[in-house]
Amino acid sequence: MSHAARTPKIVETAIKVTPEIVAEHGITPKEYARIQKILGREPNFTELGIFSVMWSEHCSYKSSRIHLQRLPTHAPQVLQGPGENAGVVDVGDGLAAVFKMESHNHPSYVEPFQGAATGVGGILRDVFTMGARPIAVLDSLRFGSITSAKGISANGERPEVVARNRRLVDGVVRGIAFYGNCFGVPTVGGEVEFEPGYAGNPLVNVLALGIAPKNHLFFARARGEGNPVIYVGAKTGRDGIHGASLLASAEFTEESQKKRPNVQVGDPFLEKLLLEACLEAMASGTIVGIQDMGAAGLTSSSCEMASRGGVGIELELDRVPQRESGMTAYEMMLSESQERMLLVAERGREAEVFRVFRKWGLDAIEIGRVTSDGMLRVLHHGQIAAEIPADALAEQAPLYQRPLTRPKPSPAREARVSLAPVGTDLSANFHGLLAAPAIASKRWIFEQYDHMVRTNTTVFPGAADAAVVRLKGTSRALALATDGKGRWCALDPRVGAMQAVAEAARNVAAVGARPWAATNCLNFGNPEKPEVMWQFSEAVDGMAEACRALSIPITGGNVSFYNDTLGKSIDPTPIVGVLGVIENAAATLTMAFRNEGDAIVLLDGRGNASATPKSHERESLREFASSEYARTVAGIVGGVPPAVDLAAELRLIEALVALAAEGILASAHDISDGGIAVALAECGFASNGLAAEAAWHSDAPAELALFAETGARAVVSLSQASLARLLTLAAKYSIAALVIGRVTRGQFQLSLNGATVVRDRPASLRKIWSGAIEHAILGEQASKQA
Amino acid sequence: MKIGVVVFPGSNCDHDALHAVSEVIHTPAEFIWHQSQDLAGFDAVILPGGFSYGDYLRTGAIARFSPVMNAIARFARSGGLVLGICNGFQILCEAGLLPGALMRNKGLRFVCRHVHIRVETAATPFTSAARPGQVLRIPIAHAEGNYVCDATTLADLKHNNQIVFRYCTPDGRLDTAANPNGSLDAIAGICNRERNVMGMMPHPERAVEAALGSTDGLVVFRSLVQSLARQPAAAVS
Repeated sequence: MSHAARTPKIVETAIKVTPEIVAEHGITPKEYARIQKILGREPNFTELGIFSVMWSEHCSYKSSRIHLQRLPTHAPQVLQGPGENAGVVDVGDGLAAVFKMESHNHPSYVEPFQGAATGVGGILRDVFTMGARPIAVLDSLRFGSITSAKGISANGERPEVVARNRRLVDGVVRGIAFYGNCFGVPTVGGEVEFEPGYAGNPLVNVLALGIAPKNHLFFARARGEGNPVIYVGAKTGRDGIHGASLLASAEFTEESQKKRPNVQVGDPFLEKLLLEACLEAMASGTIVGIQDMGAAGLTSSSCEMASRGGVGIELELDRVPQRESGMTAYEMMLSESQERMLLVAERGREAEVFRVFRKWGLDAIEIGRVTSDGMLRVLHHGQIAAEIPADALAEQAPLYQRPLTRPKPSPAREARVSLAPVGTDLSANFHGLLAAPAIASKRWIFEQYDHMVRTNTTVFPGAADAAVVRLKGTSRALALATDGKGRWCALDPRVGAMQAVAEAARNVAAVGARPWAATNCLNFGNPEKPEVMWQFSEAVDGMAEACRALSIPITGGNVSFYNDTLGKSIDPTPIVGVLGVIENAAATLTMAFRNEGDAIVLLDGRGNASATPKSHERESLREFASSEYARTVAGIVGGVPPAVDLAAELRLIEALVALAAEGILASAHDISDGGIAVALAECGFASNGLAAEAAWHSDAPAELALFAETGARAVVSLSQASLARLLTLAAKYSIAALVIGRVTRGQFQLSLNGATVVRDRPASLRKIWSGAIEHAILGEQASKQA
Repeated sequence: MKIGVVVFPGSNCDHDALHAVSEVIHTPAEFIWHQSQDLAGFDAVILPGGFSYGDYLRTGAIARFSPVMNAIARFARSGGLVLGICNGFQILCEAGLLPGALMRNKGLRFVCRHVHIRVETAATPFTSAARPGQVLRIPIAHAEGNYVCDATTLADLKHNNQIVFRYCTPDGRLDTAANPNGSLDAIAGICNRERNVMGMMPHPERAVEAALGSTDGLVVFRSLVQSLARQPAAAVS
């Protein structure tokens, strides 16, 4: 490349940098002074833009970094922790699992279809950038209420809000399906919840998992002075400019709908070509380093690769493939056009790289080179449009220890459910619970996703607590589950975050997998609010404590702040995605009952042989007030989340993994939303016409016994002949095992202390549970036709 | 014996089809790049599922112009066995190698689930190991699987026994509720008059191992391999 025309001076931009312009870029006067100090001069408009995206909350983690350091990230199996495009763990047989979760919340509210679609696209690129082929996607979604009576939702949302929530669900689901189905990655699981707090700020968190040979990983590091910097993929347009800084790093206001042009548009077909071309180029041994152009596009990919490699990068923007004419350096550096990658190749082997990308019909252009001076230098029209130390952009963003304030305890914590008199038939309440969107079947959603492509999915969505994909050519399989407890975190962020980790780990163990590593996506409100920052700090501590206790390292993730609309923050919602390894894929368990006559056993990690929580009665009632039953049946959102007993969780996990490996279980299902009653019903729904017939003794009130959501518990089924072995193993792992019933082809029936409390035909229960979400979104009539 | 799996830009069930043939029924298989003009050495060709060219204009509408499609048309004319699965079926219809077209599903949504299909004829090289009336449990995964054709074509298909699979209930009855996409006459798969080209919307390659929840798709691949073994290699070069 020729630099003859280059002037030694940084070009003066037409737009002058004024205090107003600085403020518009979300840069504080203090941060501006820091920029001046780093440069030793005033930045021009282009440089200001580059700083503003790299130092945005979204890219720099400036409010969260200090707290995130408290998370456990090291373990022998961790090959790459936080700081790369995705985390990497060794899963045996020479294979590495590459996985990460990321949010696309604000774009999905502004434009649900494209917002969700590009959320999928972004996280897939993070995974294949590292040389891994994506083999599974999970989505963790949160919306406002979709059900209403006489137009008003149970939580008081107005009809137009409920209608909008339904449209958001539909758009997001279609967007995920559009992208993942075409790209050819199975969408195998995840979860969705509906709470009023998300009506103005839905959450779309996407987790992607890829597989690579562990000795053939790629990193976002540039090296080798003179090596070519090559741009591949889609052309650059004006779309998505300031997506990271304005959409993802600021609160939502009534003006936010005007930000629709800031949402990118996805092209999954192009991404599929990009995947194949990148993997092929990587196999050729010509690639030195590679990074996708996600948030802050060309800027972040170049300065991060330079910074990590301890080198500089010089870009010549006139060579960048452009979709529009007359783009300025500012626009090109900040564009978030999708499906683009930046790579550094071995000098002299460019032709091989170009050949691969040409084969796949993609642009691949040398747009710059690696330098030794540590600068990100941007050339445009023969002039230096920007020149900034790469490290200053990638690593020297200000770090904030923002003030924390513990909010006053909410009076909701004292809420109580008024319990039904002894002997009440609870069937009607149970029906209501089965139809609650949090519990009802998610079939309408997951059938719109191709969850089987690549023929690795061995446990389909809804069939078990975790999704399972096999690793072809090995005897192993990987399990994945995501969990988040926003409602509980609002009541107690520390306990809520611990519960999320515990449940995700339990979910993975319930299919027989050993929890191996985790990724997270931390969705919170505006970090400049001390109460929000307190929630964040508490949640991080809770997550750290639970991960430590369960020996689950966190290998990366994402923080999404500023989830506020019209000044109101969402419930703090840390989502965790736990990856587990099943040594013998043939021993994978699902929740489905398999054989009539099998024994049903309640396992309790606490080790006391009782089916009900043993804690003090008053505490049990406070905890019960935060259950799904309390919300759905009693209309109460309050109380406190169930206390977490991490030692008990660990015992249960170890026991489930051992029991699965022994092959004596027919089914396993953890107890969560809706308690034992719902767990037992679900084991039947997943089966071929079987149901539970259970009867046990309880000192607690019937509703607590059936519907309490105390953790560290699971229900399993197995042949009567294997019972003795189960009891031996339970004793070995110090967990309680209480035989509570048997699998039947007859009625679903639950009895307490000799009295039947719920009794129904399995088919009628199934009908209530299976159609609720579809009816809510499409209306009863439309859902029948679909 | 060697079976080819065509790779169009955007094919995404190519690896799955190759796996089913080579790893599950242990028959040699190779990918065929869409720009290939020569099928020499291949005894049968599979057009796999996916989103060729993103399916952006209309499913299969651009893929039919790939260089390999000329070769496939010649291969088919000379009696070579061609199996189109999902997007492959759509491409075969667009290319005129099979009659009719695949429209948007009646529910206007992508649908991925196991369905039941009934083998309507065993007199094809793709179903010869099955028995007529046999019910297979095989997944579908498509947004455009709603088969349509005009009345004359439908009459011809029936008259010539070209309807190979129909969507049905688990016990083999035809029922509107068992038709997942609104296909005319519950058609899930058809063959050409010469019976050497078949297209089907369900994915047999996703039902070849117990770990995947069904092995009912094996019969399609086994039939194919047995047919090839019985007859001399297609007179193609």
